[in-house]
Amino acid sequence: MSEPSEARLPEDKPLEIAGRVYNSRLLVGTGKYRDMDETGRAIAASGAEIVTFAVRRTNLGQNPDEPNLLDVVSPDHYTMLPNTAGCYTAKDAVRTCRLARELLDGHNLVKLEVLGEEKTLYPNMTETLVATEELVRDGFQVMVYCSDDPLLAKRLEDMGCIAIMPLGAPIGSGLGIQNRYNIRLIVENATVPVLVDAGVGTASDATIAMELGCDGVLMNTAIAQARNPVRMANAMRLAIESGREAYLSGRMPKRLYASASSPVDGIFF
Amino acid sequence: MMMRIQVNGKTTEVSDDATISVLLTQLSVTGKRLAVEVNEDIVPRSQHTEFQLSAGDRVEIVHAIGGG
Repeated sequence: MSEPSEARLPEDKPLEIAGRVYNSRLLVGTGKYRDMDETGRAIAASGAEIVTFAVRRTNLGQNPDEPNLLDVVSPDHYTMLPNTAGCYTAKDAVRTCRLARELLDGHNLVKLEVLGEEKTLYPNMTETLVATEELVRDGFQVMVYCSDDPLLAKRLEDMGCIAIMPLGAPIGSGLGIQNRYNIRLIVENATVPVLVDAGVGTASDATIAMELGCDGVLMNTAIAQARNPVRMANAMRLAIESGREAYLSGRMPKRLYASASSPVDGIFF
Repeated sequence: MMMRIQVNGKTTEVSDDATISVLLTQLSVTGKRLAVEVNEDIVPRSQHTEFQLSAGDRVEIVHAIGGG
């Protein structure tokens, strides 16, 4: 998609989140897998270094030996990113973040998502802004799931979010990136990392996000609900790398008509 | 004497001098990675042994689960 080629190539900056540099630009969720074993194997294949999870009531009195997610995806090996999935109000989201911080012994990196309605799981931006203000004041490092509105994205950055994570399409829809122009605008305006969060369905969607200049992609369902999640995790790892390399290479301009690849000079017929 | 509190939305009986640690032992969830909230305020792990529960307290015990 690309606008006329820019004069300068994009700078190859490492992905830095909350003061730490990451090699992988793929962030993955831990939901919707068949079991813990598959969760662990898919995440390993993805190469992800940042892994998101949800906070829920502990089952009391049932399955006392149920495997704990943090045993399979250890905070010793991964940067854990608790999310506020399921929250529809700023109050619930802030409460969830505080519980997560306690759960992870003071680790203050969170993925804020405040949802608007069940059908689309579209972010409720007014509540997201309220929660952001409270969380930043309380010392959290907020990576924020948001709509793809460039002005709101900038506002969230100005409020202190450390990463902006617009949706590509509704959570779990697999529809791919629906508004490339907005994602591109958000990337251009931002001075913090921009990651597409939600909407990726297959490898090419992740590549498109990276070609648009995103700093990373966060996904869950596209891997977990593939027929072969471990293989798809690897596909996504490659897709993210490909898209990043293409972005840094500066693609050729698009033309309406052909341009021969073989020289015209020296034709002998 | 016993008293009633709410734990994860369910009425639960504990002794009236119970602390969070006592409750976690009673529920067989000691040694797990959990976070505890009483009446919507976090009770840090370091305070579990001394934090006294009161009748009617609403306790939430949460953990990490798969999610995106």
